[in-house]
Amino acid sequence: MKGVYSWGRLALEPHRVIDLHDPAELAAQLEHNRPGIAYGLGRSYGDACLAPGDTLWRTPGLGRLIAFDAQTGVLHCEAGVTLREIQRLFMPRGWMLPVTPGTQWVTVGGAIANDVHGKNHHRFGSFGDHVRALRLLRTDGQQIECGPRQEPGWFAATLGGIGLTGLIVSASLQLRRIDSPWLTVQTLPYASLEEFFALSDASEMDWEHTVSWIDCFSRGGRGIFMRANPAPAGLAAPAPGREKRVPWTPPLSLVNRWSLPAFNLAYYALQRRHVGRERQVAHEPFSCPLDQVQEWNRLYGPHGFYQYQSVVPRRDAQAALAAMLDAIARSGEGSFLAVLKTFGERRSLGMLGFPQPGVTLALDFPNRGARTHRLFASLDAIVREAGGKLYLAKDARMPRALFEAGYPELNGFQSWRDHGMRSSMSRRLMGD
Amino acid sequence: MKHIVIVGATSAIAEQCARLWLVQEPARLVLLARDAGRVARLATDLRVRHPQAAIETVAADFDDAQAIAAQVAAIVAHAPVDIVLIAHGWLPDQTGCQQDIACCRQALLINGVSPLLYAEAFAQHMERAGHGRLALIGSVAGDRGRKSNYIYGAAKGMVARYAEGLQHRFAASGVRVVLVKPGPTATPMTAHMPGQGSMASAAEVALRIVRGVERGQAVVYAPPRWRVIMWVIRHLPAVVFNRLDI
Repeated sequence: MKGVYSWGRLALEPHRVIDLHDPAELAAQLEHNRPGIAYGLGRSYGDACLAPGDTLWRTPGLGRLIAFDAQTGVLHCEAGVTLREIQRLFMPRGWMLPVTPGTQWVTVGGAIANDVHGKNHHRFGSFGDHVRALRLLRTDGQQIECGPRQEPGWFAATLGGIGLTGLIVSASLQLRRIDSPWLTVQTLPYASLEEFFALSDASEMDWEHTVSWIDCFSRGGRGIFMRANPAPAGLAAPAPGREKRVPWTPPLSLVNRWSLPAFNLAYYALQRRHVGRERQVAHEPFSCPLDQVQEWNRLYGPHGFYQYQSVVPRRDAQAALAAMLDAIARSGEGSFLAVLKTFGERRSLGMLGFPQPGVTLALDFPNRGARTHRLFASLDAIVREAGGKLYLAKDARMPRALFEAGYPELNGFQSWRDHGMRSSMSRRLMGD
Repeated sequence: MKHIVIVGATSAIAEQCARLWLVQEPARLVLLARDAGRVARLATDLRVRHPQAAIETVAADFDDAQAIAAQVAAIVAHAPVDIVLIAHGWLPDQTGCQQDIACCRQALLINGVSPLLYAEAFAQHMERAGHGRLALIGSVAGDRGRKSNYIYGAAKGMVARYAEGLQHRFAASGVRVVLVKPGPTATPMTAHMPGQGSMASAAEVALRIVRGVERGQAVVYAPPRWRVIMWVIRHLPAVVFNRLDI
């Protein structure tokens, strides 16, 4: 048994950890060690990737590429390959993943199991929209090849299915052609949620990437809106940035109510410098700014942190967001990484997928026990009232009722489950 | 194109070295391994990563001297070799070895004799060409015999003494011999050991190896802190050392 954290570092709990390396041995490794759940790079924030007392099948050893068709751009690879490796290998060859989340330190299997999205959702949908096929291995040894057209039921259950339908062994991904590894970025400040929505609406037609950072401490919701398009060819390849690392876990959270207003003020001031001019930024720092600091999650100290990411339908979004910001302000808590973004019209193909039309807000909160949970309860009420839901990849605590309200396809999903697969999350939200 | 040969190519460290070398430049890469299926999977991966590289696989028989000589002759017949990495190894269970000398023999063969035979076969050709870098993977376990793994340590110690001799032999030539001594590394070979989480990664060790080979460094500890740790361990007086449970 070995102690394993998820990204939120809320609890270090013992697991039987099995490293997967050889596709020929997988069936036996699953069958002899179930129940448990697959664990890639542990970037799920909450308990989707944990199963205390059970097995964690670690997948990064399934890290081989299998084929690449330079005509069609379809890459076939094992599920433990990281998005970072794919980007770094294929961008110089003029191809890239159409969708990358806020970190490239995730495996292909994890990206599928959480149907991750990026800043270009309104244009490219989510990760699953570019998965042509995948191979699933059930803990009873059954192998299933599925995709959006082949065995679509299996595909819909597995995409966003947080690992509960079996082990994702390999996948075929459609890459997209690019002319340049650079993006042309515009930075625009906004002073209120109305302005945010106006900027989003005005940008979605002409800009591939849109995202915004919102200052939780401001009244009314000031923030920084960023939008980007692929840059034309001709610029030299970007030099890989120097990677920094948080060397150890501080004894208390460095993100706290004294430091947060200062962080937010500083961030706002720094971003303001970019207002009014176009910049060229490489894909990696634009899409994944936090990847430049390894193990940044340690900054939240020994008690870890929660991420709270919701999506609410557009109709009531502005009122819901205003209510959420207000609840946060009243609670005396705050979030440094508050990311606000509109999703496009494409709903996730996965039964338990997260992306759906609406507005998504992601907030990080240091774990301060009951105080933090009180805030979550009031945020939950707002999300539920607005007909929204929370993102499973981030969640460690939502009540079952909110889960069931937000994921109406849950009943259908249950019949596709592999009962040798279970996680803390499945036990918490599905009873097993 | 550089001509690189990796013996024991399916080892986790060797695989990472192969990736690093191919990132530097498309090379002609020959991968030797016992398990044909695993090496084929590795070769496919490297071909997808680096379509300009020329990658071959050879099914190896690690304890047949004649077969080794023939394999090596066939490889160098194509073109002189620039880099050879001899990476195969097997971590035996020490208690198992103590109870069963057949296990002991196997451990000495795979970790000691076999790497030497490959190295000697390549050394002949490199001497004639007056060129090449030959890297052998030893281990910190070869620096001083310890009760917890002295059979493995003895074989790795043999590799170290051998590398020393080869360095002496080639001192005046263009051939460089690099002895790599990894500390415990997080690989499938050590998966059963406690504390795998705090071990160096195969990728980190590989980076040291690739750099060491580039510089023609005589002894590469990977990661470098093991140079200091092993200096201390080697110099502990027996009265102290024998009391340690290591």
